[in-house]
Amino acid sequence: MGLLSDPNRRRALISMLTRLNAPICVVCYMAGVAWFMGLAFEPFTLRTYMSENAMGSTMVEERFPAGERALATGREFAAHKKKVGGMPVDWLVKTMQSQGLEVFTQRFSRTLPFPDENKERYVVEGTNVYGILRAPRAPRTEALVLSAPCSPGNNNNQAVGLLLGLSQYFRNQIYWAKDIIFLVNEHDLIGMQAWLEGYHHTNTTGMDWSPLQGRGGSIQAALSLELSSDVITSLDLVLEGLNGQLPNLDLANLFYAFCQKIGVLCTIQGKLQRDDWDTASGYSHAVQTMMLMVLKQASGRPWGDHGLFLRYHIEAASIKGINSFRQYKTDATTIGRLLEGMFRKLNNLLERLHQSYFFYLMPSLSRFVSIGYYMPAFGLLAVILLLRALDLWVQLSALPSRTEDGIADIEQVSQTHLGVLSVLTPLVISHLTGVALYTLPIRSQEMAVEHFPVFETEAVVLTAIAIYTAGLALPHNTHRLVSGEGTEQGWRVLKLVAVLYLAVLLGCTALINFSLGFILALTLVPLAAFITPHVPKLLSALFMVLLSPGCTLFFSIFFFQELQETPVNLQEGWVLFLSVISQGILDHSLYGSLVYPLVALLVYPCWLLFWNILFWK
Amino acid sequence: MAAPLTLLLVVAVTIRAALFRSSLADLIAERVEVVSPLNAWKRVVEGLALLDLGISPYSGDVFHETPLIIYLFHFLVDYAEITFMIADGITAVALYIAVKEYNKQVFRKQKYALEADRYPLDCLELIRSPKEMYYIPLKVAMFYLLNPFTILSCVAKSTCGLNNAVIALFILCTIKGSALLSAIFLALATYQSVYPLTLFAPALLYLLQRLYIPVNIRRPSFWWYTLQYAFMYLGSLFVIICLSFFLLGTWDFLPSVYGFILSVPDLTPNIGLFWYFFAEMFEHFRLFFLCVFQINVFFYTIPLSIKLKEHPVFLIFMQLAVISIFKSYPTVGDIALYLAFLPVWSHLYRFLRNVFLVSCVLLACSALFPVLWHLWIYAGSANSNFYYAITLLFNVAQILLVSDYFYAYLRREYHLTHGLYLKRKDGSEATLVLK
Repeated sequence: MGLLSDPNRRRALISMLTRLNAPICVVCYMAGVAWFMGLAFEPFTLRTYMSENAMGSTMVEERFPAGERALATGREFAAHKKKVGGMPVDWLVKTMQSQGLEVFTQRFSRTLPFPDENKERYVVEGTNVYGILRAPRAPRTEALVLSAPCSPGNNNNQAVGLLLGLSQYFRNQIYWAKDIIFLVNEHDLIGMQAWLEGYHHTNTTGMDWSPLQGRGGSIQAALSLELSSDVITSLDLVLEGLNGQLPNLDLANLFYAFCQKIGVLCTIQGKLQRDDWDTASGYSHAVQTMMLMVLKQASGRPWGDHGLFLRYHIEAASIKGINSFRQYKTDATTIGRLLEGMFRKLNNLLERLHQSYFFYLMPSLSRFVSIGYYMPAFGLLAVILLLRALDLWVQLSALPSRTEDGIADIEQVSQTHLGVLSVLTPLVISHLTGVALYTLPIRSQEMAVEHFPVFETEAVVLTAIAIYTAGLALPHNTHRLVSGEGTEQGWRVLKLVAVLYLAVLLGCTALINFSLGFILALTLVPLAAFITPHVPKLLSALFMVLLSPGCTLFFSIFFFQELQETPVNLQEGWVLFLSVISQGILDHSLYGSLVYPLVALLVYPCWLLFWNILFWK
Repeated sequence: MAAPLTLLLVVAVTIRAALFRSSLADLIAERVEVVSPLNAWKRVVEGLALLDLGISPYSGDVFHETPLIIYLFHFLVDYAEITFMIADGITAVALYIAVKEYNKQVFRKQKYALEADRYPLDCLELIRSPKEMYYIPLKVAMFYLLNPFTILSCVAKSTCGLNNAVIALFILCTIKGSALLSAIFLALATYQSVYPLTLFAPALLYLLQRLYIPVNIRRPSFWWYTLQYAFMYLGSLFVIICLSFFLLGTWDFLPSVYGFILSVPDLTPNIGLFWYFFAEMFEHFRLFFLCVFQINVFFYTIPLSIKLKEHPVFLIFMQLAVISIFKSYPTVGDIALYLAFLPVWSHLYRFLRNVFLVSCVLLACSALFPVLWHLWIYAGSANSNFYYAITLLFNVAQILLVSDYFYAYLRREYHLTHGLYLKRKDGSEATLVLK
């Protein structure tokens, strides 16, 4: 309490913090970035280990024999799919029934707010088929899910084949203590959303679906399988779910353990792990893997069909089979064994997966960084905001005490009133702009299509960009409406409010989705720290626009493509940028992803406040 | 001044009415920060349903409101939203009038002291001008009505709003000097939630001060008045409790309301300090720590009353704050009540030391509550420790805020008697340090 009550020591500390404010901020920023880059360095990371006792010590033996037969079933499925021109519901029902599963179907339909050009769909109608294998060994209170998507074209036929092969094999085993649900979902995530909402009796997005006729117990874990070739070279694990949520790390550990045991090459973000951490190329490989995870997580999109399970407190991951030009191939029997092994271990669970971490980043499949290690990187950036706020506070409280006669005091009082008013106006106006950015693009698409030669999707995206840019023109006339001119104190108060606002906003974002919070902090914090009305206008304006959330997204796309080793030029990048925006809006209205409303309603208005300060007159 | 107050009331009612109509109302009514097991509207509805079926509302473990509230809503259930809005309005107006009266008295006292030359010369800066005091009552009403905490609490239809109204009326009657009404409202407030019992001391001190009776245990007039006030208080409490008994016909409500408040069986997370401790604790320590925690709420009355016996209104503020921090089922509505008093002490601003820190922490915590709740309950990725950490921080910030105001108040009083610019014995400038 000494620091809080001793005025002398307080004064010393505060004067040091205000005197050295700028250098401390620069050091903090660099330390934050360095810390983050250090996370990928192997000696600083932890090796993954299985925390869950129920999955650790128990040995299971994998015996799945029927890979070839599964592939044949897959081919049969493909033929029927082609014949029907969509999901072969009857055939699937018949096949599953003949295996002795309880089979049910669910119909669903959804009209998207605007056409999805990536997947070429607008009015979506489809059917999910699922079969339940009832647990013979236990009361049917818990369940596991294995799902495979029914995709258009020739994709994922082998996945459905393997799913059916596994269901037949599992049916003949007696050790199941949890119901196993085999789900074939149509229209990827939309079907999954319908099924999950039906299963849990919720309706968050206003979708039409028929209620489920049969249910298992509460779902403990789910795996989603994507497989498009008869043999594969490696399996890729996808963890990132809706809003950057990740499954318990034990699920990744389980996958890794079985890959090691069976001898299948396994990757995360499509990258193998390497042993040469002490070389530059090894380190950069780890950084690339981690950055890919950060970017994917920050996008807030579900990166596989498993992504929506996480919302219901179900640990889930997608497993993708990848067939590259590598010599060594793995056949379907081996993949089947791997899945069998994973399911048997999950079957042994006594309670939900909770022992291991939920907040982590993975620089390789065998290494992870937990929340305690990565949060300081964000903390160092957030401290800058607090230091700036403290500095502003000291400046503000120093101002009135300089004038001590009564007349000056009264002026001060009236100034504070104006200060409050001149803070409130920009706050309200920038938030209204945010609300416009959030609501108008979808609302006004019809009007835009009528008046301009564009398609609906383009209309939505371009309206969003137009509103975003129009927001920049606002500050020139916001506070003049209220008071003739802004005061020196006025912008300080506004900046204090804006800096604290940004700090709280980024803090909350980083807790829910670390990657998003960190990327936003990386770009917004320097801007928040240095902006005043007295810096060179044009240069700073350019700098601010470059660091605005929209441009951050634009750069992230290039960076992401670069990391994926599919670099794009400016033109392609722009097209991709447009499609990413439309996907973001669609993800919000279809699955309830929070990134678009977060950016439109909170981050963008906050950025506008700083823009306002720059043009304070 | 009536016009701005009316305008304020209209704005406040509009905001509330708009929120009642929006989809947010259901969401807010579920938030653990806003409603507690004691005052949740859902539970009142459950109690009403049981009452309509002719079953005692206290059978089962859902309803914990007092019988008077349930009979109030028995008639007003269709007008619940309006009732809660009116309750907020009453609180604001009562506080407005009370603070106006209090300021008048403060000013009068200051004038006498000035005329008697009781203040040292160099503390003219500390003298309060009528100009700065003019808007304080309005600010108090505004702090109460437009405080997001009050709005949330009202929209959630938390009965905390009614308790606040009763306490505000108690404060009004006390400041107006009406001993009987003050005792009745104090009894009502005590009847509602036990803890306002500690407001007995400040009310008594205030009334004594008003009648120029010195607080001296050797004076019979002091004892006589204390006895009178205590009799009025206990008498009305007795009448109210008996009335409840005759309304319901059973004594069920005693264990169900007061037992529930004092023994804290419901450990639903809230913004208070109880739930985590008692959830983690070994069962055989429970009684001991229960006593410690509950005594903690009441104990501060004694030292605070001794220290602040000349300043009973500030004592009321301190007691309200202590209650809302340490009570067993606190909600944001309780906090809103004592936060409304902050404009009254705006002249202490120059002596406050941690305002910036405290307001940052309070703001950040208010934003983090729903985030960590989401991570714990919905996403399942965080756990109760995260949420409790924020609760703890929130309460530490409140305690800092209150102790800061306490220190500032005492320091101002000290300066008013010893002069603003203190000198050490050797003539150098001295600083006051709180150890």
